[in-house]
Amino acid sequence: MPGAPAAGAGPHVMHNNVLGHDNDMSAAIETGGFVASAVRTDAPPAIVMDKVNKWFGALHVLRDVDLQVAAGERVVVCGPSGSGKSTMIRCINRLETHQEGRILVDGVELSDDVRALDAIRREVGMVFQSFNLFPHLSILENCTLAPIWVRKMPKKQAEELAMEYLTRVKIPEQAKKFPGQLSGGQQQRVAIARALCMKPKIMLFDEPTSALDPEMIKEVLDTMVMLAAEGMTMICVTHEMGFARQVADRVVFMDRGEVVESGTPDQVFNDPKTERLKLFLSQILRGH
Amino acid sequence: MSDITLNAAAANPEATPRNPPVATTGPIAWVRENLFSGWLSTAVTLLLGYLIIRSVVGFVDWAFINAIWSVPVVNGVAQTQSCRELHGAGACWAVVTEKHRFMLFGTYPYDEHWRPAIVCVLFVALYIVSAMRRFWNWTLIPIWAVMLTLIGILMWGGVFGLSYVPQERWGGLPITLILATFGLAFAFPLSILVALGRRSNLPAIKVLCVLYVELIRGVPLISLLFMASVMFPLFLPEGMNIDKLLRAQIAIILFAGAYLAEVVRGGLQALPKGQYEAADAMGLTYWQKTGLIILPQALRLVIPPLVNTFIGFFKDTSLVLIIGIFDLLTAGKTAIVEPAWQGFGVEVYVFVGLIYLVFCFAMSKYSQALETDLNRHSRR
Repeated sequence: MPGAPAAGAGPHVMHNNVLGHDNDMSAAIETGGFVASAVRTDAPPAIVMDKVNKWFGALHVLRDVDLQVAAGERVVVCGPSGSGKSTMIRCINRLETHQEGRILVDGVELSDDVRALDAIRREVGMVFQSFNLFPHLSILENCTLAPIWVRKMPKKQAEELAMEYLTRVKIPEQAKKFPGQLSGGQQQRVAIARALCMKPKIMLFDEPTSALDPEMIKEVLDTMVMLAAEGMTMICVTHEMGFARQVADRVVFMDRGEVVESGTPDQVFNDPKTERLKLFLSQILRGH
Repeated sequence: MSDITLNAAAANPEATPRNPPVATTGPIAWVRENLFSGWLSTAVTLLLGYLIIRSVVGFVDWAFINAIWSVPVVNGVAQTQSCRELHGAGACWAVVTEKHRFMLFGTYPYDEHWRPAIVCVLFVALYIVSAMRRFWNWTLIPIWAVMLTLIGILMWGGVFGLSYVPQERWGGLPITLILATFGLAFAFPLSILVALGRRSNLPAIKVLCVLYVELIRGVPLISLLFMASVMFPLFLPEGMNIDKLLRAQIAIILFAGAYLAEVVRGGLQALPKGQYEAADAMGLTYWQKTGLIILPQALRLVIPPLVNTFIGFFKDTSLVLIIGIFDLLTAGKTAIVEPAWQGFGVEVYVFVGLIYLVFCFAMSKYSQALETDLNRHSRR
């Protein structure tokens, strides 16, 4: 059953026909959301994953994953735990290496070529579930580190930039503090600002709110909505269905390493086609 | 306790926080709670108190009240009769008074003792400067280079009108400080490289580092010193000879490097994986990631075991006596070979031990201060 719809109905949505896949859903870009879409179908795709396979030892964690993300598109990836969604987005900036298939980010193919990888990582920001701020550096230093060392930006300019982004995530007054002195929600907003300081073209979010207390989830989601409204290309692994409805151009449902269904939030949440998605939705709805 | 206070405050916001009852705070309450809380603790307190007072009084009697601080010297021979008549009731510090220059500087020419004395002062100054975080940048390298050149000039001489003193005549405290300082100054960077190498993805580097650590750690330091002093010259071409002190120095560096590498590796492993990933995701290069993110955190984590190893090696330099190098402890031992001073080992070893203690205690205190200082902001 998993293979049949994947091959036939083209649940892995392609916004242009670069790889010759079905294009049936590209017209269905979400229009009823709160955040206006900024998908640019004219530009080359930001991310292309073509038949990507990955194994952890003997465990097949990604099975023929096809995914194309257009510039400016917001994709939300959901699925039960262990479905490979985190592994998939970690493959995009090569925190995990894939064993088969091709991944192109901003037109550059991921390979063992270190220079290509560095170029890609400069353009791809990542926000982790556990924040991963550097505890020995101040908030400001956390934000200026990469611009100074990777972008070779003068320190003063990097600090101005960092303050600008810290202001946008609404915590400029915490700049001199250390990560340990901030709440979880504040830390995650710093992590977002830190990634933005590199002026990335693509942002990856790996369950950014899963480690947060309920009252802090909103402040982080608000920051991400703001980012989405600015037209950032985003891939976000999350269980926040409200967020998905509000900002996603497309929702991708993964299970057991496969992309099972994908479509607009409306299609995926209100009209699930597969049993697996129905089961998943009933479970998370019961949980809420 | 705090819960109750909080609840009370919540119930009546007007209520001002009360101080705890007097009987539960203050020195008297502390004494009652910690020393005399029951009949058993009272008995233990009294017994230990008695033993402590007795031993302190005994030591003060021996070391100060009954002690003899100097003895007459007739025709170059110390008259130690008065010391021997004490029969151990008092310390004969006269041996230290008479022999301290030999203990501190060994067989270094007597008239030139000011040179090793300055060297010791320079070493201490070097430690103090290196300990100040203000100097933790590139300026430290020229400072060390200048200091070590000065130390070399003073010890060897042969220039600027200083008479030449061959290395065989060096001895005492400068030898200990040279071995410990160079040993740790070179072993520490080496150990960081080895620890990083052991976690490398490149199999050749990894195997090399594992081999180095396991081989060196698997043999006693004394056997390494023997190898350095006896076997190593056999491998050198005819006529070429490396100074014995240098050979011992290299053996100590290699040995300490292997031990420190494992300590550093412990720190590297203790760091959460997310720190590596966050640095990678930013596009930092390997050396940027290592230098800016990983090492600053990993080394902080291992300050206590690191300093533990440092202190251990400071004292382990005394093992060079086995290959006939005249360090502080050997010089002390040799000082009491003279017939007049035979039997006054305790005083000499107390004196030598005190010198080791001063250095080791300073290291220990410094590491504690550094730990608190560095971890002030980064509590997780």
